[in-house]
Amino acid sequence: MFAYCADPDSLEGLRWFACYLTTGKHMLFYQSFGFVIVLMLITAPIALGVGFAGALASRSHVAPLRWLGTGYTSLVRGVPDIAFFLFMPLALDQGLEWLRHKAKCPDWDGPIRQGSDFVVCAEAKLPLSSSPQWVHEYYGIVLGIAAFAFVFGAFAAFVLAGAMNAVPKAQMETAEAYGMTRRQATWRVLVPQMWIYALPGLSNLWMILIKATPLLFLLGIEDVVYWARELGGRKTSAYDYPHGDWRLWYFLGLLVFYLLLTRISEIGFARLARRLSRGQATLAGAEGARA
Amino acid sequence: MKTLMMTAAFALSAGMVTAESHSMTVRLGTEGAYPPFNIIDDNGEVAGFEREVGDELCARAELTCEWVTNDWDSIIPNLVSGNYDVIIAGMSITDERDEVIDFTQNYFPPATSSYLAMSEDADVEGGVVAGQTATIQAAHVAESGATLIEFATPDETIAAVQNGEADAVFADTDFLKPFVEESDGEFMFVGEPVQLGKGIGLGLRESDTELKEKFNAAISSMKEDGSLNELLVKYFGEDTQTYE
Repeated sequence: MFAYCADPDSLEGLRWFACYLTTGKHMLFYQSFGFVIVLMLITAPIALGVGFAGALASRSHVAPLRWLGTGYTSLVRGVPDIAFFLFMPLALDQGLEWLRHKAKCPDWDGPIRQGSDFVVCAEAKLPLSSSPQWVHEYYGIVLGIAAFAFVFGAFAAFVLAGAMNAVPKAQMETAEAYGMTRRQATWRVLVPQMWIYALPGLSNLWMILIKATPLLFLLGIEDVVYWARELGGRKTSAYDYPHGDWRLWYFLGLLVFYLLLTRISEIGFARLARRLSRGQATLAGAEGARA
Repeated sequence: MKTLMMTAAFALSAGMVTAESHSMTVRLGTEGAYPPFNIIDDNGEVAGFEREVGDELCARAELTCEWVTNDWDSIIPNLVSGNYDVIIAGMSITDERDEVIDFTQNYFPPATSSYLAMSEDADVEGGVVAGQTATIQAAHVAESGATLIEFATPDETIAAVQNGEADAVFADTDFLKPFVEESDGEFMFVGEPVQLGKGIGLGLRESDTELKEKFNAAISSMKEDGSLNELLVKYFGEDTQTYE
């Protein structure tokens, strides 16, 4: 980074730190913070979409759809998150490879499961083993996002179904009295009003999602926790910048990062709640009207 | 903008894939936390003894190789499920591992393991000894009568001794040596070194026999022309064991 960093052994004090904190490895560490935020911004809308579909399904008048909706929410709510995190990416990956194997190599006669090996033909590998490393990394991240969206979608579905039930029944009856079909009443009356009831539950989920991001580490994705542990560990002279066990400081940095992130989210949600309360027949809405 | 860049990168890589497809790409999985065997250096790249050996083996076997890091405790399952094709992570050849995966011949001769502690009178036979999960050293401690506590990374085993959580660490002597030498007397070796394992080899899936033969031939050629010995001396010092 700086010209004087060329010879790390000769550095002292502030200069040592300036060079140490700008190594290529530290840059990867700083990038991983942005990565966590981007990941949440991608995951949250997907999970909300999955949740919305799940909530509508669990309230559906079509029985199989309702079973699917309630089955999904109760299954995910009843199984530890971490089990899903380890299971989903593996199952998705092997499932997709199996499908591709069936489609691309129909004349392959060896078994796919050979002892503990999972063997598919080279063209069916996902990603192809010839693809560059970043494709493998993105693929892993997409699997991680899928796992997050699946788990958090179930919780969101439950929250949204509750919010739909909380919209005063009189509103729906009035809509039907005006001659709206059930579908019209749902989209024009129920959905616009349910968000204020869903907000406390959803904001809670968002907080849990923020705090769950270190689970990515378990999937082998190089996130903030991975780099904090890697950089903080005691370094011998095999490295350019030897130091003692500094994990405490790195993890303290993570603590501050997550606290900041949750605090900013809290402020954002408070504003959103004020906005959504306007004109609602709730306590907050009534206070807003008086002021 | 971002999507534009991604599309460009994707188009570029698609071109690269077609160009490379005639020479096979082999993915090498390592831990990146076990100096001097494998580390992630200050540029975020895999480095160390195994990086140099691996690159040279790939050149000799005419393979295009790519480095991947993976946690030690899931390094065998991820090999088996095809996330990478070779384990090159200071993994000693043992009968238990050989049942699940295959090994090439060793590229690092059978070596000793030692106890590292903070005082001369640390009890390594009846006390608490730290080891890395799923290593031959951990297995040895479990049988020795000492209480074993396991950690996911080698770094944490050293930290455990420093925090007083464990009386000693049991690990490869070559891994522990820099800690003893650079600690100004804080750490020391206690007890006698123990000979364990059949040396370090590359781990492969049992179904990959062709790749195994290629690497075996490359290792033999590195042993014959002395280039492997040069690397051993470079990373482990003049008095390390070399091949005849």
